[in-house]
Amino acid sequence: MAQIFHRSANSLARLSIIGVVVIVSVLLWAALEMQRSPYATYQDVAQAQPVPFSHQHHVAGDGIDCRYCHTSVENSSFAGIPPTKTCMNCHSRIWTNAPMLEPVRESFRSGKSLMWTRVNYLPDFVYFDHSIHVNKGVGCASCHGPVDKMPLTYEANSLQMEWCLECHRAPEKFLRPRDQVFNMAYQQPSSDNKVKFEGAEYTDQLALGNELKHRYNIRTVEDITSCSTCHR
Amino acid sequence: MPACLLAAVTLLLLAGCRQDMQVQPYQRPLVESDFYADRRSARPILSGTVARGHLEADAYFYTGRIGGNDGDYLPFPVTAEVMARGQQRYNIYCAPCHSEVGDGYGMIVQRGFKRPPSYHIDRLRKAPIGYFFDVMTNGFGAMPDYSEQVSAADRWAIAAYIRALQLSQHATKADVPTGEQVASTPPPGVFIMPAYDTQGATTAASTPPPPKAAPAKGGEQKP
Repeated sequence: MAQIFHRSANSLARLSIIGVVVIVSVLLWAALEMQRSPYATYQDVAQAQPVPFSHQHHVAGDGIDCRYCHTSVENSSFAGIPPTKTCMNCHSRIWTNAPMLEPVRESFRSGKSLMWTRVNYLPDFVYFDHSIHVNKGVGCASCHGPVDKMPLTYEANSLQMEWCLECHRAPEKFLRPRDQVFNMAYQQPSSDNKVKFEGAEYTDQLALGNELKHRYNIRTVEDITSCSTCHR
Repeated sequence: MPACLLAAVTLLLLAGCRQDMQVQPYQRPLVESDFYADRRSARPILSGTVARGHLEADAYFYTGRIGGNDGDYLPFPVTAEVMARGQQRYNIYCAPCHSEVGDGYGMIVQRGFKRPPSYHIDRLRKAPIGYFFDVMTNGFGAMPDYSEQVSAADRWAIAAYIRALQLSQHATKADVPTGEQVASTPPPGVFIMPAYDTQGATTAASTPPPPKAAPAKGGEQKP
């Protein structure tokens, strides 16, 4: 009986087995990369807003503290989006004729809310509290990035669970003294950037971070990486 | 046939891709609502509502006034913590206009807001502390009220800090503790505002801010 397959079929069979494995892995990898990409996370994507509000102008240009508008960040889970009245504190007198600010004035006149587009989104199965982070020495910029350099606000990090865990597994790498939490220009300690805390000077983030972890009573890594800490 | 079966099972699995956990039937703060006509999930408080813990029975603590006049004492003891808190809150909420030294040349004023009087004029140095609390609570002239942004206790702490600022700008050599040295010239790089007025706020309010206060160049601040 004549051979049905040419002898090269042996190689082809082997190749196709490898091929399937390679293709499936590449597809899996592509899918994982896809859900980590800005396409899925909206990381670094500046959102269009009803008024093109610039944090850069208000924070870096005018020196306004985060808490001037985000008043509840220190004692609530929600940092707070300012009511239109907060805008009008200044804009009742500054740029009163700017067409760009008409939606703000309209909102103030009519009492209807401005409809901002959400930039930092967490799914509803995540419990997140701003106040605990701010009071334990996590800087605004640690999560929100260089907001003072954002003409239009964007999400600076993916806000995915792997990103949260980066810090929850090793908080000492990121903590800063409480009085520096709202400082957008803060730099982690290094040999040419000493950071003062309680009279001591630090040149190393790990040394400072471990001291802060102790002083601020940060719970153990087991506690803060426990499922029910964030999924309650 | 097995391929068809596999495809059918896969399609069935797709039915599991729902977002019920992602989007749960509760409202995150200030999220839009389909239920109310004005689409606000955060409902405006009806007038007359008293939330738990917000009875505000202590009239002086919440108004700074006694029988129609501004009171002149703090409703709680002044401690170093109160002063530190006052300084912090002052620098957040007041310094944008009043400036960190209280002379009224803050950044927002440099950008065109009406200049408030310096705290260091005689009228305000003589004003009772309740007056500052009242202005923060109800606003005054061009200044809006800060009762929503700053809690009553913090407003008192700020008032105490303003008093400290006033004292700091009128200190004499006798106030310097013995043994301490005060430099007669500022360290390099520190800019001293050209003599702010200590008397007439009304005339100074209409004069343009000092040279440094000219609006910054560049398109960054144009809306």
